[in-house]
Amino acid sequence: MATTETPNRSWWHRNQQTLTPLLFLAPGLLMFAVYVVWPIFSSFRLSLYDYDGLGRKVWLGLANYRELFADRAFKTSLKNNVIWLVLYMLAVPAGLAIAIFLNQTVRGIRIYKSLFFFPFVISQVVVGLMFAWFYAPNFGLLYKLIEMVTGKGIAVLADPHLATYGIIAAGLWPQIAYCMILDLTGLNNVAPDQIEAARLDGAKGLKMLWYVILPQLRPATFIAVVVTVIGALRSFDLVSIMTNGGPFGSTRVLSYYMYEQALSEYGYRMGYGAAIAVVLFGIMMIFISGFIWKMVRDERGAR
Amino acid sequence: MLHLNKGASAALIVGLLSSTAAFADQRVLNYYADYDAIPLAAMEALIADFEAANPDIDVVLQNFDHEGYKTAIRNFLTTDAPDLANWYAGNRMAPFVESGQFMDVSDVWADNGLNESLGSALASMTIDGKQWGIPYTYYQWGIYYNKDAYAAVGAEVPTTWDEFVANCEKFAAAGIDCLTTGTSALWPGAGIFDYLDLRTNGYEYHMDLTSGKIAWTDEGVRNTFAEWAKVQPYITANHAAIDWQDAAALLVQGKAANYVMGNFAVGVFKQGGMTNDNLGFMPFPTINPDVARAEEAPTDTIHIPSGATNVEDAKTFLAFIASADAQTKLNAAIGQLPINSGSTVAADDPFISAGFELLSTTPGGIAQFFDRDAPAEMAKIGMEGFQEFMVLPENLDAILERLEAARQRIYN
Repeated sequence: MATTETPNRSWWHRNQQTLTPLLFLAPGLLMFAVYVVWPIFSSFRLSLYDYDGLGRKVWLGLANYRELFADRAFKTSLKNNVIWLVLYMLAVPAGLAIAIFLNQTVRGIRIYKSLFFFPFVISQVVVGLMFAWFYAPNFGLLYKLIEMVTGKGIAVLADPHLATYGIIAAGLWPQIAYCMILDLTGLNNVAPDQIEAARLDGAKGLKMLWYVILPQLRPATFIAVVVTVIGALRSFDLVSIMTNGGPFGSTRVLSYYMYEQALSEYGYRMGYGAAIAVVLFGIMMIFISGFIWKMVRDERGAR
Repeated sequence: MLHLNKGASAALIVGLLSSTAAFADQRVLNYYADYDAIPLAAMEALIADFEAANPDIDVVLQNFDHEGYKTAIRNFLTTDAPDLANWYAGNRMAPFVESGQFMDVSDVWADNGLNESLGSALASMTIDGKQWGIPYTYYQWGIYYNKDAYAAVGAEVPTTWDEFVANCEKFAAAGIDCLTTGTSALWPGAGIFDYLDLRTNGYEYHMDLTSGKIAWTDEGVRNTFAEWAKVQPYITANHAAIDWQDAAALLVQGKAANYVMGNFAVGVFKQGGMTNDNLGFMPFPTINPDVARAEEAPTDTIHIPSGATNVEDAKTFLAFIASADAQTKLNAAIGQLPINSGSTVAADDPFISAGFELLSTTPGGIAQFFDRDAPAEMAKIGMEGFQEFMVLPENLDAILERLEAARQRIYN
């Protein structure tokens, strides 16, 4: 007994440094594998089948993808996702501007900060409803305002050319608040001695902002860009609440189209939905790998 | 303390055991449904009658949220099937019939003479020559109109489409929307299309179209859209952004004159303050006089899932729900129409009596509604096309070509 125990123990001792982190990681990795990695590959597989969730799965090969690239609705969704991505990025400079504006010490500044942060606290569903009413024909505030000025109201969400922009505007409201709070925390950490030194050298205004403040805000800006890109790509709730993808599909985005095809009342094309999910996954992977690559590079540079 | 608790729970267990023992000879019938508040109360009253007549059967009704049910049914049919489940007639039940989730109940129809008494719904309950459920209620569609708006512009209630279109110019001059709708959820637009197609091309053509036998680029479909184009300028602008209830408000306020809707909308109109004095109902006007009049009446149904455990009692229940008395009572409570020809309707409700008269004298046939007659996928693409046409009528060719491409893919 004793002879077998000693080598065992020494093996553990020898490898303790490697084993301990692995053991601590194991529960998390297991969860990640079961609830994230496995479903991803399962979606890949499902995207090659025709499946309505009830009957038999029929092997289609790449037919779902061939159909997808000829599908007008898919093109609309893709185009809208690009519009979302581009316009959503406005949240980063807008959040920064508000953060700098609020980064001063006057009486009650905390109240103003909380008020600006407020839209991020309320649920996206509520934001969507508020904006839908804001745009609503006949009684909406914006509709009434335009009617007062021009004599004829514009129902933003009924117009296929405007509806997507209307939804993005609703999405920007909480997103700007989020970027603002990230920049505010960043501004708290700006080294006062550097500002002092810059001031002695005669820097002020935009120069101070560009050469002294912004470089120190880089970590916060990076996070703001990451959450904004991901937020734009996974936009779903606002589309679902405000227009259901309409009028006639003009405000669909990929995630909503995937839901419509796979899970909505008129859908249950699981395979086709999975194919859309795979495309969305691919697009997200481009951005996410870019972010990870940058983070790894920064960490190496820091060492 | 501990001992007392143990004693109490032991007493509780004994109590539970004895109470189940008392009902041990009762057979449980599990029923999953998606009723709103008023139909739920009506069905519960009916179940009480059934249990009184069949003391050995205990019906356990599990009610779901109406929208959530449409998703839930796909899960529970395959995993945890009840003995009875609500659903809809026509093509809407086809996926469940074809995948073997619903049980053939032709024997219930044959044994109770339902082929005659429920004759008006026989066609929509039949797939492959067998019946797959029991219809318990339906309601008419048609045009609901604001009598005050008609009086204000001096328009007569039309019987032909030409008269209807002529009226629209009067309404437009007075700043009233001739025809209102709210297509935010898409389906209200399909009601307009269904009726235009039924009146232009007739029931057979419409059924062939929704079952994929006729091309969407066909001359007949184009004729339907040509009729639609005549009223398109007079339809409420911005209908794509409003719900059907918002459009109902326009009718109530007199800002709109006509509304193609189902009879369930009467409750909303009356909640808005309309009464039998200023709310009117008319059948959809005649377009082509050579076409037999057909109507739209979506039918709600009860089915036995294939995974049901208590099939025998489930069939007893279906026979009960199909009976004239049960349908009279249920439909009187929910303000809809019974299907059983032996049932009666409340004569003091002008909309119910009009609907009963309309449907029981229909020579052409009864359609279910676009999203029940056409397969789900086609329905979605079609209803988007209808909405687009009402916003951008110049896109008609592109819309029809898109629908035709979808037809060739979906029905093959």
